[in-house]
Amino acid sequence: MSKYYVNKFLFTVDRDPKLLAQYKSDPAGLVAMWEKEIGPALGQGGNAVEFTTVHSLTDEERRALVEHDYVALFEMGAHFFLNLTIMIALYDEEFMKRSGPLSFQIEMAKKLSHWKGREYPSIQI
Amino acid sequence: MARLTAVLATTHHPFYLKATTAPPEERMPQADEWQQKVEAYRATLTAAEPDILVMVGSDHFHQFFYDNYPTFLIGKQAKYDATFYNEEREFGIPKYVLDGDEDLSGFMLQGLLDRGFDFSVSHELKIDHSIICPIITTRPQADLPVVPIYTNIFAPPLPSPKRFWDLGRAIREIIDAYPTDKKIAAVGSGHLSLELGGPRQFHETGPDPVFDRQAIEWLSEGNIDAILENVTMESMSKAGNATHGFLDLILMMGIAGPEKASYVDSLDLFHTMEMYMTWYPEGDPR
Repeated sequence: MSKYYVNKFLFTVDRDPKLLAQYKSDPAGLVAMWEKEIGPALGQGGNAVEFTTVHSLTDEERRALVEHDYVALFEMGAHFFLNLTIMIALYDEEFMKRSGPLSFQIEMAKKLSHWKGREYPSIQI
Repeated sequence: MARLTAVLATTHHPFYLKATTAPPEERMPQADEWQQKVEAYRATLTAAEPDILVMVGSDHFHQFFYDNYPTFLIGKQAKYDATFYNEEREFGIPKYVLDGDEDLSGFMLQGLLDRGFDFSVSHELKIDHSIICPIITTRPQADLPVVPIYTNIFAPPLPSPKRFWDLGRAIREIIDAYPTDKKIAAVGSGHLSLELGGPRQFHETGPDPVFDRQAIEWLSEGNIDAILENVTMESMSKAGNATHGFLDLILMMGIAGPEKASYVDSLDLFHTMEMYMTWYPEGDPR
């Protein structure tokens, strides 16, 4: 398991409008491209020479990212702010049109409701 | 020596600007009350006539990430860009360029190191909504030089509540020792109980209104003993997974000292309680 790498995915995609658009339209393609080209760039990238070779996604992490499965990501201990922000970017607009303001956020809370009153999975790496 | 004329501790709500500038048909029912409270709070800073703002906030994975997330960091620049793409996208917060005060940043950094706080320093810091939200609410003309201080309330493990208090006390000593005729105000933002990305997010109230009321009482009375007795990482997590922003409010009370606040207000909004608190170390100028 690599909580760090899952968070790195969420962090790098959320802050780049082009990657975000691809993550919405072709999640499997974007995740595959990210694992090849973006994830391995050392730190926050910006240098085409320095790489990290020691991180990778597990199959379950890859599946959760491809399927926008925010419940699984929460349960893996992905950082709550990154998980929320990127899913709002992907889904807020269509939920808003259909069901009004905050409807996506409320649905997300409902889907996580089995965690109410329990200790959440740790976000600490 | 510098005069510290006000210390402000506030929650930051990134949707304030959007909520209060929306067209009438989209304006939320509480927008008028929210705006009135914020404008009244703003007057508490205006009355202190500050020349420089020492600002405390926390980067929400906008510039800093787990590859190297600073525990405590100060900016030392003549100017600062502010507001990231994903904050504009989600919150509708505009970009700013704020003036800095390199001299006070340098004095603060050295003073912190001398007092056992081994800060990181950035010369390419872009400021996020933890500092821009209080600019929007308390100094919307954004015309004063700032000294930005970032803390880690976000990527655990976090420093203890006591460490945040002690850091506030150290910042106060350094401001008091700064050789200048200028007036300084300290403005910091954090949270009361807050849940983000979890099952208690975006309910009718914040996740733990009982904690919120208690926390406001402790802060407004300068009751650091009660806070250190009752507030732990675990108790904050129980109040909501993002409640650790309360640590920055403890820090701000550390700058003010164990004193009663002169101005205390709050607003129960959807999914969060907002808090507006001001101390006047030299006495209330209003």
